Amino acid sequence: MVVQALAFYLFAGILVLSALMVITVRNPVHSVLFLILAFFNAAGLFIMLGAEFVGMILVIVYVGAVAVLFLFVVMMLDIKFHDIRKGSRQYVPIGLAIGGLLLFELYTLYGTWAETLAMKANRAKPVENMSEMSNTEMLGSIMYTDYVLAFQLAGLILLVAMIGAIVLTLRARPGVRKQNIGEQVSRKSEDVLEIVKVSSGSGV
Amino acid sequence: MIANFNIMPLIPELFLALTAMGFLIVGASQGNRSTAVLCWTSCLATAIAALLLLQVSWENQLSLNGMLVIDEFSGFFKLMILLGLATSLALSVDYLYKERIARFEYPVLVIMAGLGMMLMVSANNMLSLYMSLELQSLSLYVLAGIHRNSPKSAEAAIKYFVLGALSSGLILFGISLIYGFTGSIDFAVIRETLEQAETASPGITIGLAFLLAGLAFKISAVPFHMWTPDVYQGAPAPVTAFFAIVPKVAALGLLMRLLFYAFLPVSGEWMQIVYFLSAASMIVGAFAALAQDNIKRLMAYSSIGNMGYVLIGVVAGTTEGAGAVILYLLIYMIMTAGVFTVILCMRRQGLMAMQINDLAGLSKNSPVMAYAMAALMFSMSGIPPLAGFFGKFFIFLAGVKQGLIVLVVLGVLSSVVSAYYYLRIVKVMFFDPAADPFDRGMVLEKRLILLVSVLFVIGFILKPNLFVDSAMSAAKALLL
Repeated sequence: MVVQALAFYLFAGILVLSALMVITVRNPVHSVLFLILAFFNAAGLFIMLGAEFVGMILVIVYVGAVAVLFLFVVMMLDIKFHDIRKGSRQYVPIGLAIGGLLLFELYTLYGTWAETLAMKANRAKPVENMSEMSNTEMLGSIMYTDYVLAFQLAGLILLVAMIGAIVLTLRARPGVRKQNIGEQVSRKSEDVLEIVKVSSGSGV
Repeated sequence: MIANFNIMPLIPELFLALTAMGFLIVGASQGNRSTAVLCWTSCLATAIAALLLLQVSWENQLSLNGMLVIDEFSGFFKLMILLGLATSLALSVDYLYKERIARFEYPVLVIMAGLGMMLMVSANNMLSLYMSLELQSLSLYVLAGIHRNSPKSAEAAIKYFVLGALSSGLILFGISLIYGFTGSIDFAVIRETLEQAETASPGITIGLAFLLAGLAFKISAVPFHMWTPDVYQGAPAPVTAFFAIVPKVAALGLLMRLLFYAFLPVSGEWMQIVYFLSAASMIVGAFAALAQDNIKRLMAYSSIGNMGYVLIGVVAGTTEGAGAVILYLLIYMIMTAGVFTVILCMRRQGLMAMQINDLAGLSKNSPVMAYAMAALMFSMSGIPPLAGFFGKFFIFLAGVKQGLIVLVVLGVLSSVVSAYYYLRIVKVMFFDPAADPFDRGMVLEKRLILLVSVLFVIGFILKPNLFVDSAMSAAKALLL
């Protein structure tokens, strides 16, 4: 128990600290690196809860893909974060007020929350005995049955996001050399190569 | 865990989803020259979907393991949504070509948004609610920004996206609180749990408040209306027409399902919130519109005010109130389609003229359009024999029956104030010195839509029962 509690506080503490660093450090590359650290610690918390699949997905998807993508974007684009941040200080009081209000609300709600029998009965479980199946099997068994609609809708949403990104940003730019695969494939050696017999001693 | 998919009632939605993806393939291979064909085929597809919808059973039943519910209420709303989709697609073709933004993605995105809306009114689970809401919102954000070369359009898209994302966050937070305090995301189970508990716990109230705030964003009820005028003004005109006609219908269908079904046991909690939203929307909608010069901004405030009236019917919380809401939405949708048809014809030398003063002397330049617009404006302001009057009448009637006298008086007063700006348009058209005429040549589909809209507005009185009865029976299905 002590080890578990220690591990929890370690993960949770580093998670909160690194999340704080994400929004306070000046260098955007550092803040992305702190974000990655935050993801790792969140994954640790998930694994401690017994949700190893979600934890691993967090590492693979968020650390492996999303955060690295962020890092690339931040390093490639020359965004002047100082200019963006200019004037943001005046909003700090409002932000603190709203954040404080939400925290207070959550605290009071936390005080009133108690699990009733009805809530316990309502809670969705893929199988009665959670220990007889692995995480991945359980997720798979409900994702394609009970929640197939949500799963498919998520696919459609991603499709719309992709269409949107293309519609809003793809421009046909003139004067750019583009790869024409058809042309490359249909190119024959006779069209472009000329074999010249050079008799020795006479030059070309 | 034997799955009960019951997928048959979802045939129209499946058809639309497959159509959209098929069109995407056609568009990707044929490029933007296929836009006109795709737009018209999309209209046809919505018509086919409507026919399919009329074929499937409208009995109260669950589908996909309780993720969706099919009943007369959802069926009626889906018909309205499909009608709105077809109308706004037909309105856009001409505009897209004139503004040189005819991209084949346009009809695909409209259908995707429509698909999201059709699932919204059928949602029976917080998860399907959220996913379908996101599907429609995401398509709408892109549509708002589809005019890439116009900074206004980009501004509209960014504003809509940022505020829309914020509202989605509020909805999610609300859902998580409700899950925490009931243990379920299924509407039926939530209702049962709330019925068993003697009092609503503060968690439910706060969760409901967040959920309502997020949905109020989507229907642009005050105080969550800030995005509406800017987005209406900045988005390309047919997209604005689409925004005004369809998404609000779907969002209200969703709101009604949520409040009248899932959260009926805690009606005391949400009634105060909706009461406030309704009163504030009516007042702001009426007074802020007075100062507008741009007709699209005017329509934005008008839609805010109209949402206020609609919410009176929701506060009433009876079958009558729900029926009045459905009837009002139907009438509002058809009127707005007509008004936007006229707005889309406001074009001089190929450029859109969007000021109210641009309408000056329309009665001399194109009298038919002026008289049609006048009829629509009289109807919007609720002058008796026209359809708009009946919409308001049933809403106020439902309110009075529930003793919501203060709210109804506010509604009547603000509709008097709003009559001023609707009638101002009539005055500008008929009594102001004539401005330069608009470009000639109104395409066939616009003539047709305007004709149907005006005929509906004038002819509603001849057979009101046709619409009133079907609206009431749809409402009955919701409030079993």
